[in-house]
Amino acid sequence: MTRKDLGFRIATGIFGAVLVLIVASIGYELVRQSMLSIQKFGLSFWRTEIWDPVAGEFGALPFIWGTLYSSIVALLIATPIALGIAVFISELCPGWLRQPLVFLTELLAAIPSIVYGLWGIFVLVPAIRALEVSMPAVLRRLPIFSGPPLGVGMLSAAVILAVMVIPFTSSVSREVLKSVPPAQREAAYALGATRFEAIRAALFYARTGIVGAIMLGFGRALGETMAVTMVIGNNPRVSLSLFAPQYTMAAVIANEFTEAADDLYLAALVEIGLVLFIITLTVNSLSRLLIWSMTRSATAVAASEPTPEPAAEPA
Amino acid sequence: MTHMHKAAATCAGVALLVAGAAAQTVQINGAGATFPNPIYSKWFDEYGKLHPNVRINYQSVGSGAGIRQIQAQTVFFGATDGPMTNEQLQGSPGKILHFPTVLGAVVPVYNIPNVNAELKFSGQVLADVFLGKVTKWNDPAIAKLNPDVKLPGDDITVVHRSDSSGTTYIWVDFLSKTSPEFLKKVGVNTAVNWPTGVGGKGNEGVSGLVRQTPGSLGYVELIYALQNKISYGSVQNMGGEFVKASVAAVTAAANEAASKMPADFRVSITNAPGKGVYPISSFTWLLLYESPKDKAQAKAMVDFVKWALTDGQKYCADLGYAPLPENVVKLEMAVLEKVKVS
Repeated sequence: MTRKDLGFRIATGIFGAVLVLIVASIGYELVRQSMLSIQKFGLSFWRTEIWDPVAGEFGALPFIWGTLYSSIVALLIATPIALGIAVFISELCPGWLRQPLVFLTELLAAIPSIVYGLWGIFVLVPAIRALEVSMPAVLRRLPIFSGPPLGVGMLSAAVILAVMVIPFTSSVSREVLKSVPPAQREAAYALGATRFEAIRAALFYARTGIVGAIMLGFGRALGETMAVTMVIGNNPRVSLSLFAPQYTMAAVIANEFTEAADDLYLAALVEIGLVLFIITLTVNSLSRLLIWSMTRSATAVAASEPTPEPAAEPA
Repeated sequence: MTHMHKAAATCAGVALLVAGAAAQTVQINGAGATFPNPIYSKWFDEYGKLHPNVRINYQSVGSGAGIRQIQAQTVFFGATDGPMTNEQLQGSPGKILHFPTVLGAVVPVYNIPNVNAELKFSGQVLADVFLGKVTKWNDPAIAKLNPDVKLPGDDITVVHRSDSSGTTYIWVDFLSKTSPEFLKKVGVNTAVNWPTGVGGKGNEGVSGLVRQTPGSLGYVELIYALQNKISYGSVQNMGGEFVKASVAAVTAAANEAASKMPADFRVSITNAPGKGVYPISSFTWLLLYESPKDKAQAKAMVDFVKWALTDGQKYCADLGYAPLPENVVKLEMAVLEKVKVS
């Protein structure tokens, strides 16, 4: 190894270590700043539903619930649409339409979230309210659709999050599909597959990358603040209803941090940040684990079937 | 002087320029409440034209952050919509003085389909609505105050601020004074645990929700309602009169308070007694150390505050703030003399 190589290796090593250091110091600082709240509430902070700055009682449960609920519903809405966009652009789209479509999806990602929020208040919320009002009474009895039709609430937040997540998931999925070797598709066609079956084979080949793309969208949805707080109704109550106003972790920090003057209140808000940090870390680790287990099982399948059965020749 | 010249000579040209400018200009940093930000910006701008050597830089980061920053001495002055508590004052490294600068008011805004009349509210009724006890527009409690208005049987959707704010502080302070139950169940703070309703972010969030939600009732700052032409109701004051918020009615409330003004100016003027008084009014305060470290900044700041309390008050009306009554200004001038500038 030359001297230059060694220098380069050390330099990049330091940069890598900086990243670890940053994450560790964020964690350390969050714990340090929220010590007061951790000592006072302990683990019950995670399962208490009260958030009362006047009485000095704080619990994170409604915010954890609201964050996960809105992100998961957003993912359920966004994933099929984003995958559809990715498949259409990479597999089916006529050449002249491809660039404009790519440009449009990426434009969605460039819109600032406050603009999404204002659009949410003035366009999306009235539309959701109309939808809620027109829902048949039979369905309104279900717990998931209960409560007065306010427009603002979980459903509006999930829809706006879905719109914001789509460009991320679809762009990454498109790149992943692009990187599927042409031999895969050619092989599928050679075996007599229809176009649909060939696309399915390509999707299966790219599945780890696609899961990664979905998880990226999930991470984005967990942390989104401004647009969500403008349409979710900001009410710290745990509710199964999609129509009920609820609250998220990022939103409560953004809303209350500037005016929080008393120490315990501030510590509780920082602890909400710590909880969000832990949940984001967990979600990312779980998705890594999922991708890892999928790659492993894929290799295992490939290894266990070294000699595929010879296809029966048609007579 | 000679060693200064020597030091300057060793510096680079850029540093020399900066040092030269700093010797003449006094730069003062402040942070705090967002509610008075429009008038403060106007003041700093106008004052800067009169005194080009004083540059005041204000960050409207919220009352809580303003209090934290002046306690940590990262800024020279703070600003807040709710006076500092006794614990906060004791927790500060030096004695902090409060100076009321202007007055503001909070108004109830509503959206009831097919009702254009101006509604009348009392503190008790508003408190019951925000407690979730009164849930219909044609509730006898509301109907009794508005006998001439045909109220629908729609549900009331309560809209409150989701971000903590001085506006919320003034609103719940008034509701707590008129309803013991509200004081007990909700209490007074810049953010509270609302028993009912939806939260909108900022004045624009609340007014946006009210405008679009049929049957809603919320609260915004008077300036905001005036500038955006949102209709708002009148509120019953301590004497039983129904008063619609206006600059004059807010100054009237301050005038009443002036006679019983405590020496440190930490006073709530919600639900103030007197004729023609609008009951949901409040001062907003500047925070200064009694004995600041930097005397040059202290001198410039005291001069500025004197100007703001006198000549500066003429900019209030255009921006929707109520000016201070003269007797309050007189009291403040006396306290300003206590700030150690040398």
